Amino acid sequence: MSVDISVNGEVTTAYLNGEIDHHTAASIRNAIDNAAELNMPALLVLDFTRVSFMDSSGIGLVMGRYRNLSRRGGKLHITGTSPQIYKVMKLSGIEKLATIDECKK
Amino acid sequence: MEIINKFSMNILSRSANEGFARATVAAFAAQLDPTLEEINDIKTAVSEAVTNCIVHAYRESIGKIYISGEITDTNIIKIKIRDNGCGIENVEKAMEPLYTTVGGERAGLGFAVMQSFMDSIRVRSHVGKGTTILLSKKIAPRYTVNG
Repeated sequence: MSVDISVNGEVTTAYLNGEIDHHTAASIRNAIDNAAELNMPALLVLDFTRVSFMDSSGIGLVMGRYRNLSRRGGKLHITGTSPQIYKVMKLSGIEKLATIDECKK
Repeated sequence: MEIINKFSMNILSRSANEGFARATVAAFAAQLDPTLEEINDIKTAVSEAVTNCIVHAYRESIGKIYISGEITDTNIIKIKIRDNGCGIENVEKAMEPLYTTVGGERAGLGFAVMQSFMDSIRVRSHVGKGTTILLSKKIAPRYTVNG
């Protein structure tokens, strides 16, 4: 599992790679939080294009990032979800907190 | 209904084994020729059940997680995930979405995912003795036409 960060003005994008579960979530969380603390983005984009699996640990991860961002007035956007990841996201109702692009085919 | 194949294994409750457990069960389920969605449903449910054993049942300790599976001649996969951990005091409460007893960033959605992604789930738990989760899912038969 790895995270690549890209910063473009007020938008920070975290490109997630690999599988997200309870085992991998902590290192992903640290990488995103370090980047968010450094760049204070108005918009944080989580790009799941290269994530091959996610269970509800990923929901905890997204909800935690939402909480941190919303304290500073930042927004969260989710993109690149596979049908499996989108299904887990929809079940959690997370679209009430973040904008989510329709899943890729 | 006849059992045509089965497996059993046990793993330590180390988080590194979450991926191993779901991949192994998915490989066993593959003989039913599931769709990608069906195999992903099984992987996700197993991941939730195994994570519950690690995060809740054994908490700060390391114990064994027993995983077994059966396939029937009616295209049903049944998966049993058992631990000898602390047990669940109130199973009904534990199965409520967003309910969690641990802090951090647990979403409290483990049972909701298992219920939603599988056809059935049964939970048996005794405080101080452990928990058994039974999951089952029917894989729709797919027929191919030759010639």
